[in-house]
Order: sequence, then C-alpha cells, then structure tokens
Amino acid sequence: MIIRRTARREVTVDEFILTALAAGLGLAMVAGPLGSFVVWRRMAYFGETLAHSALLGVALGFLFGINLNLGILVVCVVVAVLLVVLRQYQRLASDTVLGILAHSSLSLGLVAIAFMEGLRVDLMGYLFGDILAVTPTDLYWIYGGGVLVLATLVGIWRPLLSLTLHEEMARVEGVRVLPVQLVFMALVAATIALAMQIVGILLVISMLIIPAAAARAFARTPEQMAVVAALIGALAVLGGLAGSFRWDLPTGPAIVVSATALFAVVTSVRGAVAARL
Amino acid sequence: MQASGPSALIRLQDVAVAFSGRSILQDVSLDVVAGRITTLVGNNGAGKTTLLRVVIGLTHPSAGQVRRASRVRIGYVPQHFSVDVNLPITARRFMALSGRADAARWQEVVADTGVAGLLDQPLQGLSGGEMRRILLARALLQHPSVLALDEPAAGLDGRSQGALYRLIGTLRDRYGCAVVVISHDLNLVMAASDEVLCLEHGRIACRGAPASVIEHPEYQKLFGSHLGPDTGVFPHDHHDHPAHGPAGGDRG
Repeated sequence: MIIRRTARREVTVDEFILTALAAGLGLAMVAGPLGSFVVWRRMAYFGETLAHSALLGVALGFLFGINLNLGILVVCVVVAVLLVVLRQYQRLASDTVLGILAHSSLSLGLVAIAFMEGLRVDLMGYLFGDILAVTPTDLYWIYGGGVLVLATLVGIWRPLLSLTLHEEMARVEGVRVLPVQLVFMALVAATIALAMQIVGILLVISMLIIPAAAARAFARTPEQMAVVAALIGALAVLGGLAGSFRWDLPTGPAIVVSATALFAVVTSVRGAVAARL
Repeated sequence: MQASGPSALIRLQDVAVAFSGRSILQDVSLDVVAGRITTLVGNNGAGKTTLLRVVIGLTHPSAGQVRRASRVRIGYVPQHFSVDVNLPITARRFMALSGRADAARWQEVVADTGVAGLLDQPLQGLSGGEMRRILLARALLQHPSVLALDEPAAGLDGRSQGALYRLIGTLRDRYGCAVVVISHDLNLVMAASDEVLCLEHGRIACRGAPASVIEHPEYQKLFGSHLGPDTGVFPHDHHDHPAHGPAGGDRG
C-alpha cells in the first residue's frame, strides 16, 4: 500500500509508521526526565504558557521564512526569560503573569497567522499535533535536539535538583540559581518545540507531566523516576499509535489518552498495594 | 556601633534594609565570630529573618556594609523546608547533594547529629525533629565556618527543642564554627547563647551576654522580667570538651 504524503515524495506504510514511531519514542526519551523536573518544581502551568507561545513562534517562522522549530524555540526562550525576569520583580501573582502570557501569546500567534495573506496553515495540526506528518528531517531535529537537551540536563542535574529542593539553601551553598533556572527553562522550551508536531501545542505538556506522574509509583530515586518516566512515555507512544492505526483516531490525542490510561492503572495498583500493607 | 573584634568572619556595619520604601532594618552592626553562638530574638516583624538573610548573603542591604572574610563558607538551615510528594529522595541522597564531604567528614557528621538511622528514609517520612537534624547534618557537610539557623526549633515540642539546642552547642564546640540562630524560645536560647541581639522594629533594642541582656530594660519591656522555669535547661561551658553523640529522640 502506498500513501501519498507530500507532493514530492511517496512513502510506504511501514516507513510511515516507523517514522512516526521513531519521532514519538525520541520525544518520550527527552520528555520523561525533563517532565520529572516540571512535576517536582510544580511548573505545569509554566509549561502550558511556553507551549501556548509556540504558535507565535510558528507565525514568526512563516513570516521570516525560517525553520518553524527554530521560530518556536526562539519565542519559547524569550517567553521563558520574560517569565523569569517578571518573577524577580513580582508586582503580579505568578499565575496571573502566566495566564496573561499564555493566552496573549497564543492569540497573538493566531492573529499573526490570520494576517498572512496567501498562507494556508493547518491550525489543527499545530494545536493537536500530526505525528503522521513527521518527515525524516524532523527526526534529525527530534534526535539531535533531544540528545542536546538530555546532555544539558545531565550537566545541570545536581544543581537543578538542589534548587528544586530548596532554592535559598542552594543559593547559599553556591549554586548559581538564575543561570541554572534559565538553562532549565530553555530546555523545556526546546522540548516543546520538538514535541509540538507530535502532540500539538495544547497537548504537549501532557507528555511532560503524565509519564512523570505515573513513574512516581515505581521510583525510589530522582534518577529512577526520570528513566521510568521515559519508558512510560514510550509505552504511551506505542499504545497511542496502535490505537490510532487500529481505530483511525487522531494520533496526538490517542497518545495522551494512552498515557493517561497508564497513569490510571499505575496509580490504582499502587493504591491497592499500599492499602494491603 | 558595635566594637568589632579582629576575628570576625562576617562583619555588618550600620546595615539598613528597606523593601518598597518600608524600612525593615536600621543601623544594625554585628560581628559573626568563630566559636560564638549569636542569637537573634524579637517579636514577629522585628527584622530577625532579614538580618539573618543579610548575614548569609541572601538579602543585600540598602545601606551600610557587609564584609566577609575570604573563604567564608555558610551552612544554612531554613525555617521552612518541605519536599514535593512526587520527588522520591532519601535523606542520604539529599545530604550527598551538597557534594563537599569526604567519607571521614560524612561519618563524623552522621555520628554527631545522630542521623545514621534516618539516612535511607524518604525525606517526606521524616518528623519535624528528624528533618531538622538532617538539615543540620547537611549544613555541616559543607565544612561551614558560619552556621545560620532560622528558627531551628520551630514546631518542636519542649523536650525536642532542648535536645536540639544542646546539639547546636555541641556542634559549635566540636566544629568551631560561628552560629547565628533565630529563636522565639527565650528560655532555651538564653542558656545556649554567647551573645543575644534583641531586635525591635528593625533596630537593635539591646545586646550582650544573656545574663546582662535579661536585665536590660528594653528586653524586659519586650519579653517581661521573668524567664520561665526551663531557663538554663543545660549547662553551657565553652571550655568543656563536649560529649559526643546526638540529641535525644525527638520524633513527633
């Protein structure tokens, strides 16, 4: 069976599935460890804000004719830095600032795209992902970027964990808190850029949070949780892709539903075991 | 202004701190000296925590000077410490995160603080008193020249507070570090301190050795003229070699 995916190239179903699978697994490997920190640092809403701002990055990518991933990365990093700076000079509550930035950047992105005459954009693909449209070039981005993100995360692991436990203690002990925070936020931004095509702007944070939350049941150390989160994320991708092909479901949401099902099973089993002890 | 000795690890001179135009500290001078326990007392809002934060470098003064001797290392025990329930981490790993202690130091600190039995416990399962000892142990692993303790006895019962202050005194003698501690419990701190700074509305109302401070009119105005029956719960002699071993059990 042949599927016509682009105007220039034809691919077989096998290649089609394998490319999607490789993309999803690549994302899971990065999202697990990084998502663990998002959970520990209670930054889910922060992640949502960055993800919402990604659409503005898409618009700027089209406007300046640059790679969309690069556009997303730049906008997410700028928003992340803006959030860090605004937190230093708190006049507004953090969640208020996050709410303002999240929705204004998403709306700004939508308005900017609407202004671009002659440009037809698959908004649903950006909002909910289209893993089946991933190209081999996208895979280079996902794996190249993923390795870079993971290597950087390993490099800042200890100071980041210290300041996650207690920021002021870490500062007194010599951790350079602001640079570590900025690097971490840049990593979250990069992961959102990598993940957007797979699960979309509106669902991207779920791939960071749900596998990490599910992994907690099995983990005794932070590192174990990071690794197990990556594995659960990979299982969610496998389950979501299988469901998507079997029942012709939208793939991004199917992956998230699969992750949620895993979380529910793991949490229930853990609760039952704890009740017996 | 306080007469300054030559061995100050950290020296504050005429320090003032203001936030959003509101004065928090005014004209505070303080020498943090090796081997001395300095206790900051005062009512809520007196400026104790701000002063401690200036000492350890977390808050920058709006006026005055802070001078630190070279290579001053600070061990800090915050008043509030809680760990997210989703973060699986044992006390051992938490302590090892500081990354400065060799095996000998580790063993010494673990024995002195009595945390050997707690090392493999998840942090979330520790009682308030156990957590304080773990925090103290972690701070000592930093090889601190200054130990800064923000209300270390908050939330503990009277017996555990006594045990904790005994431990602090022992650790000061053993490691020779300066200790700056905030406390609300005057009965206990009076016996444990070398110097007491009594703060009121951001200013030093009175200061000196505990025995002289409790006679000071400003002190008596703030805290009354009589200390409770627990005053001096343990003897404190800087020249005695301290007994080894941890403070008593303090679960709860």
